[in-house]
Amino acid sequence: MRAKYILSEVMVGLWRNVTMTVAMIITMAVSLTMLGASLILYQQIDSMKGYYFDKVQVSIFLRDDISTQQRDDLAGQLQADPLIKQPVIHETKEQAWNKFQQQFKDAPDLIAATKKDALPESYRIQLKNPKQYNQVAAEYKGKAGIDEIVDQSTLLSKVFGVLGAAQNLALVIALVQGLAALLLVGNTIQVAAYSRRREVAVMKLVGASNWFIQSPFVLEAMFAGIIGAIIASAAMVVGKIFLIDGSLKSLASLLTPAPWSRIYIMIPILLGIGAVISGVTGWVTLRFYIKK
Amino acid sequence: MIRLEHVTKTYPKASRPSLDDVSVSIEKGDFVFFIGPSGSGKSTIIKLLLHEIQPNKGRVVVADRDVTALRSWKISAFRRQIGCVFQDFRLLPNRTAYENVAFALEVIGKSQGVARRVVPEVLELVGLGGKEHRYPHELSGGEQQRVAVARAFVNRPLILLADEPTGNLDPDTSIEIMRLLDRINRTGTTVVMVTHDSNIVNQMRRRVVEIESGKIVRDQPRGVYG
Repeated sequence: MRAKYILSEVMVGLWRNVTMTVAMIITMAVSLTMLGASLILYQQIDSMKGYYFDKVQVSIFLRDDISTQQRDDLAGQLQADPLIKQPVIHETKEQAWNKFQQQFKDAPDLIAATKKDALPESYRIQLKNPKQYNQVAAEYKGKAGIDEIVDQSTLLSKVFGVLGAAQNLALVIALVQGLAALLLVGNTIQVAAYSRRREVAVMKLVGASNWFIQSPFVLEAMFAGIIGAIIASAAMVVGKIFLIDGSLKSLASLLTPAPWSRIYIMIPILLGIGAVISGVTGWVTLRFYIKK
Repeated sequence: MIRLEHVTKTYPKASRPSLDDVSVSIEKGDFVFFIGPSGSGKSTIIKLLLHEIQPNKGRVVVADRDVTALRSWKISAFRRQIGCVFQDFRLLPNRTAYENVAFALEVIGKSQGVARRVVPEVLELVGLGGKEHRYPHELSGGEQQRVAVARAFVNRPLILLADEPTGNLDPDTSIEIMRLLDRINRTGTTVVMVTHDSNIVNQMRRRVVEIESGKIVRDQPRGVYG
């Protein structure tokens, strides 16, 4: 009986105020979608970082006029260096040329325009800890026979900087929209409490418990939160189908794949956040609005 | 049943206390009038008994319970022992007489079955038999107040508080409401009524407690108004 009463109050409340309810659901949905996207991006960046930084190489390009003695000295030093993962790969001019041809086989003009011996000989090393690059670079820089030292992680950092910025942007939008959603929830609950002020006064007078008085309002807020979360979850699924597996498919070799499991795990998270946050907001609003 | 012990209540921003060191004791089954001019502090007593406000000093004891020490989550259960009637009836306009009374039962967890059995009974008791399905705007002032009394009494409270229950009614109707309250009092319910209706007080000849400027100036069994 009481459950029936509470549920009918919730439905009447939502319907009486239907434009506000819709506004509440929309802002909630946008906010949760952004939150979900930013969480997925966060996981994505994490797994990509692990994937790429593991493979990062430092290339030590050698001068064309390096002597055999200098090359042997350098090789010995690299192989004995505690900061460097063994084995050290030596790439001759010939190997560099072969690799170059392989990499740019779609651009025969470029290959034709490049002299066979234009590509420098190099040592390809991996650092045990990619962050110690500066230390390693300082050690070898200016050594006889070395032309240039190039660290791929500098480039990678720039890429991840862009991804990180995108993630932060999504997070900021999620927070701003989330704030708007919560203000709307608060406002809707106040309007609902006002339109039911007589009932509330009588209920308090005859000794209805606080949870009983407040639960229709709190459930109303939670309802909006849950519907918003369902829409947000649908948006994530659509995003996975049309964005990740659709138009961004060509970047699949660059981006590590975002599996379905990662999308599915977001659905209960979004539902939980939507329900709890809006419910708590509704409840807190009531504490201020309906004094004892 | 009810005891105020040296109760002082000063509202914020008020220059003098509404109740100033008031002590009074009401036994079970009593019928007590609190009288006095407007602003004398008599309505403050009702609010204290309902735990709507807290005294600055002193204790309020209702049904052997120290109301001042009541935990906030116990207030609702405490209020179920008290019925309350007001000058402005406070009925829900979109509910019939029956529904108004049943609402009070349902929101404290009574089943619809209980309501179906008890509500017609209490409406009959207050003299509204046959008008159960009228809305408040289809009832006269006196009839609306009867619905309010039915709602206050349906849960068989220990105490019935009445804050100027005849304030909006003509003299004849007022007397009828008083007969009703008298009948309820005879069932053993303690009735506390705040009023400045001298006619009624003089006619009923019950205990009269007169308050002036927050102090009790007279406490008389079988008293009159003036």
